[in-house]
Parts: sequence; structure tokens; C-alpha cells
Amino acid sequence: MTRLSWFNVVSLTVGFAFLYIPILILVIYSFNESKLVTVWAGFSTKWYAELMQNEAFLNAAWVTVKVAVFSSTIATVLGTMAAYVLVRGGRFTGRTVFSGMVYAPLVMPEVITGLSLLLLFIGLNLDRGVLTIVLAHATFSMCYVSVVVSARLMTFDRALEEAALDLGASPFEAFRLVTLPIIAPSVIAGWLLAFSLSLDDLVIASFTSGPSATTLPIKIFSAVRLGVSPEINALSTIMIAIVTLGVITASLITKRNAVRQQRDQQLAERTS
Amino acid sequence: MRRFILIAVPYIWLLALFLVPFLIVFKIALSDTALARPPYLPQFDWATGLGAFLAELDFENFVFLTSDALYWKAYLSSLQIAVIATLITLLVGYPIAYAMTRAPEAWRPTLMMLIILPFWTSFLIRIYAWMGILSQEGFLNQFLLWTGVISAPLTILNTNVAVYIGIVYTYLPFMILPIYAALDRLDGSLIEAAEDLGCSRLSAFWLVTIPLSKNGIVAGSFLVFIPTLGEFVIPSLLGGSGTLMIGKVLWEEFFSNRDWPVAAAVAVVLLVILIVPIVLFQRNQQKQAEAEA
Repeated sequence: MTRLSWFNVVSLTVGFAFLYIPILILVIYSFNESKLVTVWAGFSTKWYAELMQNEAFLNAAWVTVKVAVFSSTIATVLGTMAAYVLVRGGRFTGRTVFSGMVYAPLVMPEVITGLSLLLLFIGLNLDRGVLTIVLAHATFSMCYVSVVVSARLMTFDRALEEAALDLGASPFEAFRLVTLPIIAPSVIAGWLLAFSLSLDDLVIASFTSGPSATTLPIKIFSAVRLGVSPEINALSTIMIAIVTLGVITASLITKRNAVRQQRDQQLAERTS
Repeated sequence: MRRFILIAVPYIWLLALFLVPFLIVFKIALSDTALARPPYLPQFDWATGLGAFLAELDFENFVFLTSDALYWKAYLSSLQIAVIATLITLLVGYPIAYAMTRAPEAWRPTLMMLIILPFWTSFLIRIYAWMGILSQEGFLNQFLLWTGVISAPLTILNTNVAVYIGIVYTYLPFMILPIYAALDRLDGSLIEAAEDLGCSRLSAFWLVTIPLSKNGIVAGSFLVFIPTLGEFVIPSLLGGSGTLMIGKVLWEEFFSNRDWPVAAAVAVVLLVILIVPIVLFQRNQQKQAEAEA
């Protein structure tokens, strides 16, 4: 099945060109001298320098990172718990409602999630700011974490946990010493997913933030509405670079771990 | 006791921050707009009790939605845009997923990563990138003028065409991945058998490959269709004043008109519309899981 016809080659080339050319143009024109984003006037890094002077953007970036770190950490803890309950928890009253609530936010339009949370915060008289965005982001991203973690929990061998319990571990010890190390890669993947969802979110943050806390996507959105600007290109390039580095590092680590695991397994087979 | 805490913490969190807010939306959809803070009536009052409170709720806002053509037109046009965009994404995504399964084994992890990578980059930035390409003096027009295909710049930005391009671009990975997964599991000897039995390559593709990748096609289509229906960012940045999508209407009703009860009613109706595709999607996923087990 590994014969590429000319049609396959064309599909792949056109497909990847479609996916990557827009990003490439964006990156290239962030180094453009001219204020006009579509006319090339020579290489320059002045938009990056200007971006570093822009207090409003820097503040928004700081708020965004804070929100992402807190919300993704809460989401990871809650999402892992939810996954464990759904996969290993057995039966309990209200299980159907619970699993419905875990999966529903995945398909809920962001405008509805944002609107409903805002109405709750107003009902509670909670001042909108960093706290409310963290609560909102933690709620919708915990569902993504729980999907990622429960996929791993479902495939792993339950006998390992049972062995730990038979050998005298308490359920909590069995979880901490056996289950958690095994599902750790998926927990980390869940955290990264939650982190990037939070960094990226515009709609829910717009509903749940107040004047005291503006996140980067809100700032970018209001700037972009007025048209294309080289400063936003520079900012986008920085964000793309960070994400690309992160994803490549993560995939290299997973690859290295897989190789190591394979080697250990071979070693174990040889010595047994 | 530990088990109780393990269940209770995420349970209560979701009840408080997912289900209760949702009930509030429902309640406000039944309320009246008022010049107050918050701008709706009735407010729950312990003194007058639940009965008086419930008596003031009504379906007026829903009646209003049916009487103003703007709303049902927005729902219809969202549905239309979502259906057409899903079909285009399928037509673009299928050949890519298919080619990926035919690529040498060693390339596949890299190809997979190249498909997933844009998904990790900011959604907003990827939409923004198209603004510079599709505008009057943008790259696409410059390129087409330079090659001589057109003599005057085309207006693409702020039209529905730009919205379609934006949706296909954003949701393409969601279409490719499930189709790739389905095609990857497909047993190659089945196609060889069909060809041995006299099928041409095209009819073998049509009669064997497509039906066997049906689950992937269905899953991918729902993964594109469901989020597209409530989409806000794409129509508001790439669409024009003529682009009617319900996510945008809801946003404007809330932030510009400050009519919270109507915004809440718009949200409730959107959700009712979404229930059908969501249930169908769940059923497809379940069927797939059973088939694998």
C-alpha cells in the first residue's frame, strides 16, 4: 500500500501548502520594514522592538500566561479525577448526569459557555477579572483533560493496580505509586492541551473578563478588527515560534521515552 | 470516604460551573428586558416567594425570535454555511488523508505532526493570517494580477467566500485525522481482492474504500459541523455585513444591544438545534467503539 500515485503527491503538496503558506507569509512580513503589510520594503526587526515597548500588549500577555498556568493546573487535577471516576469509579448515583457534564462542554458552542458563565458570575456578584477567567477556563478544559486521560486509563492493565493492592498498598498508594506513573504522559499531554486552549481562547475570555483583566487574544482581536498591522504579525510570529518549539520538544521527549522503553523491554526479555 | 471526595469534587465543580449557569441562561431567556442592573426582570426575591417569581416568566423572547426575520434567517444561514463548509472540508480533507495512508511508513509520524501542528497554533492568528491574503491589495489578488488571471482585484475579504475559506482552513485537521484513522485500519487485501475480481481502481475505491472509511467520514464531518454552527471569530473577522451567523448575532445582542434575555433565548434555540447532530455523533462514536471491541 505504499505506492504514491501522482494524485497522492499533488494532494499532499497542495494540502500542506494550503495549511502552511498563510502562516509563512505572516512570519515573513513580520520582518518587513514598511507599515504596509502587503508591500515588501526590506528586512527589519523594528516591529519586534516596538512590540516590546507596548505596555498594553505586555500586560495582556502576562495576564494570559497567569490565567493559563492556573486554569490548566486546576483543569488537570479535576480532569484526572473525573477520568478516574468515570473509568474506575464503578456505579454511583448520578453517574449519567456526571458523564454528560464531562462531555457536554466539548461540543458546547463557546458563545453559550461564555454567556452562561457570565450570567452566573453576575448572579453571584463576583467581580470579573483574572479569577473568573481562571474558573471559566478550568471548567471547559477539564473536560478535554478527562478525555485524554480516560483514553489512557481504559487501555492500561488493571492487574497492575490489583497487584499493588494485594501486596498491601492502600488504594491511594496504589494510585500514586502505580497508576499515576503509568498515566503520567497523558496527564502531561492533558495539561499542555488545557494550557494551549486557555492561551488561545477569545470568546469565553471576552464574556468572563472585566476591564481589570484583558487577555492577549482579546487585545489581538480588537486590534485586528481595525485591519492588518505589522506589530500583530510580530506578536503572532513570537507565539507561533513558542508553540512550534514546544510541540517539537514534546514529540522528541515522547520518542526518546518510547525508544528507552523498547530497549528496557528487550533487555528484560533477554535476561529472563 | 476517599471515594466520595474523589467523586464529589469534580461533580460539584461541574454542577456549579456548568449545569447551574446553564439553568440561569434558561431562566433569563424566560425573563423580560429591563432598564436595571442586571438588565432583566424578574429578580428572585425571598419575600414574595417562588410562586410570584415563576408567574412572571414567559416565552415572550422565543415568540420575538420567530417574529423578527433576522433571527430565523441567521439560524438558516448558519446551517447552510456549516453544511456547505463541511462538504468542502470533506472534499479537501479526504484526498489528503488518503495520500497520507499511502505514504511510506517512515514519513507518517512527520505527516501526522504537520497536520496537528497548526491546531496548536492560535486559532485567532490563523484567521488573521487570511485577512492579509484575501484583502483587496492582499497576496492572493497581487498574485492573480501578476499572473494575468484577473485584470482587477477581486473582493473576497468580508464575503461568505472568505468565511468558507476560513472554516475549511481552521477545521481541516479535524476532518483529516478521523478519516486517516479509518483508512489506516483498512485491510489492503480487500482492495486487491476487489481488483482481482475485476473492479477498476476507481470502482474499487468507490465500492470498497469509501464505505469502509464511512465512520471516519461521519466523525470528521460532525467534528467540523458542530463547532462551525456556533462559530463567532471567523464570520466576524473574515465575513462581511451580509454574513449572518448565529454566534455573531448572539454576541452582538449581548455586547452591543445589551439585550440579555434575547441573547439567552438565542442561545437556548441554538442548543436545541445542536442536540440532533450531537446525538448522531455520539451514536456514531459508540458504534465505532463497539465495532472495535
